[in-house]
Amino acid sequence: MRIEALVLIGVAIFFGIVGAVYWFTSYEDGGTMMLVGTCLLGLLPGSYYYWWHRRMGDRPEDRPDATVEDGAGEIATFPGSSIWPFVLGMGAFMLVLAFAFGMWFFFPAVGLILTALVGVTAESRRGGHV
Amino acid sequence: MTDLINPPLTGNGAHGTSVIDIIEHREHAEHGPTGILKWLTSTDHKVIGMSYMITSLVLFYMAGIMALVMRLQLATPNSSLVSFAQYNELFTMHGSLMLYLFAGPFAFGGLANYIVPLQVGAPDMAFPRLNALSYWLYLSGSITMMMGFLVAGGAASFGWVAYAPLSNATNSPGAGGDIWIMALVLTGFSAIFTGVNLVATIFYLRAPGLTMFRMPIFTWNMLVTAILILIAFPVLTAALVMLFCDRHFGTHIYSVQGGGSPILWQNLFWFFGHPEVYILALPYFGIVTEVIPVFSRKPVFGYKGMVFATLSIAALSTGVWAHHMFTTGLVLLPFFSLLSLLIAVPTGIKFFNWIGTMWRGEIQFSTAMLFSIGFLFAFLMGGVTGVMLASPPIDFFTHDTYFVVAHFHQVLFGTAVFAGFAGLYYWYPKFFGRTLREHLGKWHFWLMFIGFWVTFMPQYIVGLLGMPRRVAVYPSYLGWQSYNIISTVGAFIIAASFAVLLWNLWISWRKPVVCGDNPWDAHTLEWFTTSPPPHHNYSHLPPIRSERPTWDYNHPEAPAVGHGEGREPHRRDKVTVGQ
Ligand code: HEM
Ligand SMILES: [Cu+2]
Repeated sequence: MRIEALVLIGVAIFFGIVGAVYWFTSYEDGGTMMLVGTCLLGLLPGSYYYWWHRRMGDRPEDRPDATVEDGAGEIATFPGSSIWPFVLGMGAFMLVLAFAFGMWFFFPAVGLILTALVGVTAESRRGGHV
Repeated sequence: MTDLINPPLTGNGAHGTSVIDIIEHREHAEHGPTGILKWLTSTDHKVIGMSYMITSLVLFYMAGIMALVMRLQLATPNSSLVSFAQYNELFTMHGSLMLYLFAGPFAFGGLANYIVPLQVGAPDMAFPRLNALSYWLYLSGSITMMMGFLVAGGAASFGWVAYAPLSNATNSPGAGGDIWIMALVLTGFSAIFTGVNLVATIFYLRAPGLTMFRMPIFTWNMLVTAILILIAFPVLTAALVMLFCDRHFGTHIYSVQGGGSPILWQNLFWFFGHPEVYILALPYFGIVTEVIPVFSRKPVFGYKGMVFATLSIAALSTGVWAHHMFTTGLVLLPFFSLLSLLIAVPTGIKFFNWIGTMWRGEIQFSTAMLFSIGFLFAFLMGGVTGVMLASPPIDFFTHDTYFVVAHFHQVLFGTAVFAGFAGLYYWYPKFFGRTLREHLGKWHFWLMFIGFWVTFMPQYIVGLLGMPRRVAVYPSYLGWQSYNIISTVGAFIIAASFAVLLWNLWISWRKPVVCGDNPWDAHTLEWFTTSPPPHHNYSHLPPIRSERPTWDYNHPEAPAVGHGEGREPHRRDKVTVGQ
């Protein structure tokens, strides 16, 4: 996890510096906010990963000499198929149409989105799909 | 549950069946969905990636047809093929389709989705259902965008950058603008979700031994692109929502009358827009960095240099956003022109490394390689004119002329089209276990290459003569017409090349040429599994000891190369490696 963490911390350092230069040469708040926000975007996950690396050490994928057997074991659960992303996507589509064309799209949109959120949660808890 | 990394024989008990087989078996035995439902419910990154690629290619052809109409209009000075308003709609939609719905999604949603999990040895993306959601948002965003042509008042016509105050409700009334905004909100979320997914896949699902500095450059570039997307797209989406509020809910965020500022739009937009240029470019750099070593039969030259160049391009591209506002005179010119000139350095390093990879290699001029070389030429030209544009005096002079149109087409066409189709010809055998017809591919390449220069070189000249961009008519006495005619002819040559591609896709589908799992004798992990890969990709993995695991496995006599220090070609007869 070390390189992963350093990439993100690098993002934070770079945008920290550019943000400081930008602020003290322009005193323009909009751009400064974006640069500071980007700095945080790198800092938060980056320092979490670094802490994690310090605690857990190297994983097989971080070690150049790891063998295939080192990675043995269950790696994750992957859903085989699910209708809910489609339902959620169509809900978002309708929601957007509601803003462009009028509110009669609004209620089916909310209905679809809620159904999909319930559906996807239930599916995850059942864990039935391989 | 997948227990993938077990080699088949040490894994699961007496019969030596891997878990993959069991899963496959169960899925077929159970009531797995079929037909259209299978597509609608699929969470397989390969299905999703393929859907992305097909959708974005359809949109590419649509945007190309719009380009042809515009070129026909411009072939004569006072043409009345389309009205002024229609011309504005055409270039806005052409630009928006090409940038937001083709160039980004083809590489980042399509190729990356398909290839990155394979290149890191993962069974799927980290969040398969989120991945499916990305596609549905992208598809519905694209449909929303195209609906603009159907509403009264026509599609959006404020250009792909939607400058305030041009994009407000007074100057651009009608549903067209709203639809454009909403389409981009949808596709923006889609890109953000894909970005999250790719970062998680690359950080958490790599195969044992596949350290960060053994990842293929394509995967590296996709990682960096994903980070750029996470930086840039939220700003765009927020800016769009505020634009929508200005248009409908009476806020005055971008209008002077209400105490807001139109410059704020430019500030926000280019914080997205400049990284966007590299969000579009880096994935394509990744493609050519895969293709060139394979067809030079050498490892990539300067692997680590490539990675650091990618990282610094990404950093600088976000740092230089304000250089687009040179002509508004509001920003500190020296700081931003310095940063934008600096970006030439890592780009130059990449260029040098591509040449270095080919240097003394055994170059095979396959179609994919030809397209990569075409990319190098186009990108070189676009890069040189880009450095010219980055210096403020020239920018004042050429701003909003055809010089700029020619410049960004050379860059965008060079990357998204040349490199993009290099990727298509290169990975097509991976997708289907068949090849595209090479001789038709060469026709496609040469027609497109010639058409490309014929289309865009005259535009530099006519731009220097002063022809402004975004005009539907121009005076006949300024001597601009002959250049425009040449440019239009070129556009039709390009169109012909894409007809050849369609024919190639059709004939290669109807009369397949089966080619086996690894026809190019390629380097990276994705070529280790079968073509097309099975559900969940790998039944077993090779040991990973370098950045080229598949090559190492197939060529045990050639020493493994770590971190790109090999410079000599690995000839099969005579091993000359200066490790
Ligand atoms: C078949 C080749 C192409 C031709 C003939 C073509 C032609 C044109 C024309 C005539 C314009 C309008 C210029 C103006 O009036 O200012 C234009 C604008 C544009 N094109 Fe293309 N184009 C092609 C390919 C592409 C590609 C591949 C991309 C990007 C990946 C692209 C991106 C754009 C953009 C961003 C604009 C600016 C739209 C705006 O002003 O808002 N084009 N193109
Ligand atoms: Cu720029």
